[in-house]
Amino acid sequence: MSKPNTQPAPAAVPSPPAPAAQPQKQAASPAPAPMPKPEPIRAKGFASQITSRFPDVKVEWMKQRRLKVSMTPTRIREVGLFARDTLGFDHISTVSGVDWIAKNLLEVDYFVGSSTPGQEDFILAFSELVARDNPVVPTLIDVWKGAEYHERETHEMFGINFQGHPNQSHILLPEDWNDMPPLRKDYVSPGR
Amino acid sequence: MAVESEYSPDADRIMSVSLGPQHPGAGHFRIKLWLDGDYVVRSEPDPGYVHRGEEKMGEYRNYIQNVPHLERPEILDSSNTLFPYALGVDELMNSKIPPRGQYLRVIMSEINRIISHMYFLAIQGYFMGHTTMITWCMGDRDFWIDLGERIGGARVTFAYIIPGGVRNDIPAYAIEKGLKTCDWFVKRMDEYEKIFFSNPMVHQRSDKIGYLSREDAIAYGATGTVARASGLSFDVRKDEPYSSYEDFEFKVPVLNQGDSWARAYVALLDMREAVKIIRQALKKLPEGSVRLKIGPQPRVPPGEVYSRIEAARGEYSYHIISDGSPRPYRLKIGSPSFKNLRVLPQLLKNVHVADIPVIYWGLNYWPVSADR
Repeated sequence: MSKPNTQPAPAAVPSPPAPAAQPQKQAASPAPAPMPKPEPIRAKGFASQITSRFPDVKVEWMKQRRLKVSMTPTRIREVGLFARDTLGFDHISTVSGVDWIAKNLLEVDYFVGSSTPGQEDFILAFSELVARDNPVVPTLIDVWKGAEYHERETHEMFGINFQGHPNQSHILLPEDWNDMPPLRKDYVSPGR
Repeated sequence: MAVESEYSPDADRIMSVSLGPQHPGAGHFRIKLWLDGDYVVRSEPDPGYVHRGEEKMGEYRNYIQNVPHLERPEILDSSNTLFPYALGVDELMNSKIPPRGQYLRVIMSEINRIISHMYFLAIQGYFMGHTTMITWCMGDRDFWIDLGERIGGARVTFAYIIPGGVRNDIPAYAIEKGLKTCDWFVKRMDEYEKIFFSNPMVHQRSDKIGYLSREDAIAYGATGTVARASGLSFDVRKDEPYSSYEDFEFKVPVLNQGDSWARAYVALLDMREAVKIIRQALKKLPEGSVRLKIGPQPRVPPGEVYSRIEAARGEYSYHIISDGSPRPYRLKIGSPSFKNLRVLPQLLKNVHVADIPVIYWGLNYWPVSADR
């Protein structure tokens, strides 16, 4: 498939060829989290390619074929571009938010699939944590165009501000919604 | 389309119009349109009229109480709406579904796929002024609803696929009835091809209308019939087989035209494959129990899953986070209608107003499911 290769690569590292076929056994550090199930070799390739390129990024397995890549909001665009252009994860599935009220943090997860033949079964979750009081994260519409409405939804439901987003008006909530973002844990549904 | 017109808010000739939310075809959904004469210059979908906070409701109910309300957003495709939720909870609880339960899940899921696609084709025919299609499809759809009723006990919202398996076993006469319905339906689909898909009027109304390229389908995250009509071979049943889909022989229909005609035709091809799967599953239905014993308040260990299936409209996904309490900590519903919605303003550019219904319904969009 033809990847939209418009963005410049972040560094002059030669991009590894076809990740689906290359086992990548010589990678520097394996995924830090213990793997719950034995993985096919090409799957290990994704984890080690990300960790060798971005050492500060935490990679863990949710299960077989689900990789959770956690990082700070400042890194997510770089990692997203790398995943899209080099690893072929170009098909946004959904964006989800989580309110960790006990830790005073909000989480944003981008679930991204791939249209490259042979790796459509994988979903990479790009996850970032941000302070609950001032949740500002960069928008990733320029990485995955389809994230636009998902980010709008996450904005209104969790109050996360996506910097650079063209239109953060309400999409599912009423236009005159005048309460706190409803999916935050301290919002109580009427009648509860 | 011929007219080259740039949108500018000052231009007197641009008129803004609201399509919906009371439009009989739009169904609780509004499209803001900016028109230059008969041409659409710009459009902006405005969903949210039927938002009911399913995700918040899910956090107030336990894992079994969540079953009935979670299938409400998409009653045409109710089993497939519950299916990823059941898969996700099964995965969190690490439960292994008995083979007969897995096969029954597949049967019900495919019956619902046909029910949903029949409705889709009926309304697509209606929007093109093809009255035969709406009467035939709505009538024939009822035979599948009858079959679903014999298995699940309800006509529309079956609540059949639940965490731990399926709610009840299939009665013996429903197997026979199912095989008969399949045989009859294959002949009916040939007639649909003749009267609808090779009809010159239908070709005129939908050929090259609402073209979506393969690159755009990938970039905007299109799934289901929209993606497969644009040459993107994307089907979770094949890509990541769940619930013993690997046991069945079927193809993933992919077309390259990328227009409204192809999006409707993919649905018909989908139904042909669904009939094949139902036949195979009914014929080699394994013996044994259909569900695990799960109490009314199951203990779900802490964890996080992202489960997905191929529903009639595309990839239906759930992001479930459990913190060990009886209720989910977070329940994110990723409905295919919402995923495909971003495509709509892309397609509604420089098209005739008269083509809007065909393009809009061609996306197989269901407002209630998108709004959740």
